[in-house]
Amino acid sequence: MNTSVAATHHHGPASGIGRWLFTTNHKDIGTLYLWFSFIMFLTGGCMALLIRAELFQPGLQLVQPDFFNQMTTMHGLIMVFGAVMPAFVGLANWMVPMMVGAPDMALPRMNNWSFWILPFAFSMMLLTLFMEGGAPNFGWTFYAPLSTTYAPPSVTYFIFAVHMMGISSIMGAINIIATILNLRAPGMTMMKLPLFVWTWLITAFLLIAVMPVLAGVVTMMLMDIHFGTSFFDAAGGGDPVLFQHVFWFFGHPEVYIMILPAFGIVSEIIPTFARKRLFGYASMVYATASIALLSFIVWAHHMFTVGLPLAGELFFMFATMLIAIPTGVKVFNWVATMFRGSMTFETPMLFALAFVVLFTIGGFSGLMLAIAPVDFQYHDTYFVVAHFHYVLVPGAVFAIMAAAYYWLPKWCGRYYNETMGKVHFWCSFIGVNITFFPMHFIGLAGMPRRIPDYALQFADFNAIATVGAFIFGFSQLIFLYNVISCIRKGKPADDRVWEGSHGLEWTLPSPAPYHSFSEPPQVK
Amino acid sequence: MSTQSYYVPDQSRWPILASMALFLMAFGAGNMINALSAGDGGGVGLVMLLAGALGMGMILVGWFGNVIKESHSGLYSQQMDRSFRWGMSWFIFSEIMFFAAFFGTLFYVRNLAVPWLGGEGDKGVSNMLWQEFSSQWPLLSTPDPQLYPGPQAVIDPWHIPLLNTILLISSSFTVTLAHKALKLGGRSRVVFWLAATILLGVIFLYFQAYEYAEAYNELGLTLHSGIYGATFFILTGFHGLHVTMGTVMLIIIWLRVLKGHFSEEKHFAFEAVSWYWHFVDVVWVGLFLFVYIL
Repeated sequence: MNTSVAATHHHGPASGIGRWLFTTNHKDIGTLYLWFSFIMFLTGGCMALLIRAELFQPGLQLVQPDFFNQMTTMHGLIMVFGAVMPAFVGLANWMVPMMVGAPDMALPRMNNWSFWILPFAFSMMLLTLFMEGGAPNFGWTFYAPLSTTYAPPSVTYFIFAVHMMGISSIMGAINIIATILNLRAPGMTMMKLPLFVWTWLITAFLLIAVMPVLAGVVTMMLMDIHFGTSFFDAAGGGDPVLFQHVFWFFGHPEVYIMILPAFGIVSEIIPTFARKRLFGYASMVYATASIALLSFIVWAHHMFTVGLPLAGELFFMFATMLIAIPTGVKVFNWVATMFRGSMTFETPMLFALAFVVLFTIGGFSGLMLAIAPVDFQYHDTYFVVAHFHYVLVPGAVFAIMAAAYYWLPKWCGRYYNETMGKVHFWCSFIGVNITFFPMHFIGLAGMPRRIPDYALQFADFNAIATVGAFIFGFSQLIFLYNVISCIRKGKPADDRVWEGSHGLEWTLPSPAPYHSFSEPPQVK
Repeated sequence: MSTQSYYVPDQSRWPILASMALFLMAFGAGNMINALSAGDGGGVGLVMLLAGALGMGMILVGWFGNVIKESHSGLYSQQMDRSFRWGMSWFIFSEIMFFAAFFGTLFYVRNLAVPWLGGEGDKGVSNMLWQEFSSQWPLLSTPDPQLYPGPQAVIDPWHIPLLNTILLISSSFTVTLAHKALKLGGRSRVVFWLAATILLGVIFLYFQAYEYAEAYNELGLTLHSGIYGATFFILTGFHGLHVTMGTVMLIIIWLRVLKGHFSEEKHFAFEAVSWYWHFVDVVWVGLFLFVYIL
């Protein structure tokens, strides 16, 4: 041990705002990510509530169609890039160094940069709401030519905002990979890594592989709009469908970027509260890797109705169905872990259980959508909206909530209020299902997505969905209150926090010290 | 794993400043491009873009300066070195994927979109749009020549592009010779071979610019000339930008060699730049094959 080379940094946080602006500490940066994500979650949530309020009854009540389109677009972009992704990166920042026994992230200054790009990128994106011609209004998938020929001028800022998010994500992902591959404690072999770390390793790989493709596609948009190229214009030999191919080559791995860390979280929580080891660790790792690899060869299942050659439709249909196999491995794994476990139902476990059930519903509707001939009926209807909200809200978002409750006592050394947590869970659970379940029905009945007005026969289910959305939306304030009061006056937590917890992060004191493992722990 | 403790840097002002500079650059570029398209000059946007770029340049000098200082004071362990290596490798992987998007675009339009427009293959029905159009590659006449006048001819691969291929491949050898020399401690040979690499890069860029001028002035091959011009310029253009970046990086490394920054064992910055240079080279081979020859 060569102590003369030891770092000369502070041993506690700096004071004032400078702590947050200049920090190189993985916990501070994780906290920043998580609060940023929550603010974006509420912002995107308000937009969702505006959308639902407009759809409460047929006819135009509150907003004009163009503004409605801006709301659906911004809601999607903010939730995907501003709420879900940063939340997972925040969790990775907090937990990965603690779980692998590292002192911090591998590249701490770059870590700070990855975070601080985001508030600037989203400021620019939100500023477009006040620009001439309004914010982007072409949907979060920004299909050409809606996003090129017919786009408002603010699309240029949107393109640069996407570039900034991409830079942030790629640097964040590089940092996470370097940390996992290089900063593991002695004895922490790859097949001993906690599953949250494994899923993040694979997610980071996906991010580095596809964010540059997103950068490529928005660059081609920029060229088409301002520099006279014809990538997405058939008059010059290009093809609007090309946009969709490149976009979804990014977009499909992207949806797994938003769900794989959730799988990791649930695989941490269920064994803790079932007081059993995970049923099959290795199979979980291989299933995650298979899902990630398959995600590169299924993208055109988003495009069954654009006129693909038959061979393409078949290939992408069967490749998509293959994903059900590793996903099934995971679901059965969680269920088998719980089988004959001595289960208790604290808030994190409730969210994790709801995840398993509701994510599976979203998975099944995905399987329905994967069947090309029936997708011709479902395509661009509310059935699709129901499907991806089931995997993203009670899927990704519930997993984030579960993680927050699970690790909150470790982060701030205090317990949250369990009763309030349960109230939050049940309100969210009921709200989510009232919101999104009826969307399956109106979708199958033919209501298209992204419209501000609709035919009369869809009125009842839309009204119900709106009520559910408000229940879900406002119950998040319980969460906010619970977290703040936990930080300020929660009951002190011990090191292990949960009776059944296991892993390196629980060997640290609660709250975890500012620098996690200055001396690498020995893992047996 | 090393037993030496891992260096966690103190608080730093560079990242937040870099975020601000990046924001200025992005907002300025957006503003300028919109203003140019609307026909009222670059104005505010251009000023913001330049200020942001200038700031970013200064920040990078300061930030890397910090890193170099820390490295020289012996704060970086073997383990830290591996983090840098992983970081650079994955960065290059992300760059490969960036080019993959454009190569994918090229293959798609060549093999599917353009033949379909010309009435061939599975989706030949799209021929109904422009019934006169017949598919060909290079695409000398576009479906709608009024909107996108096709080029008269395309670049002949066996003149400038072949020369450029020779230049870049030789530069890969010279940078490797420089690396070999560095490992053996022959400073003057490192200086020589690196300078040769830089020179080859600059000559490459000169010919590339010359070729662009020829494409615009004599061949009518422009960004507006349909999908051939679009894919040609986006692929060669981004490659050219990367060569420029690589050349700047080589110049910095060259200056650092002159200052005696590198030892026979520790010279990761040198290696990172040479990895990047090889990557740029490999992309060029792909371009030479798929954009120019085939």
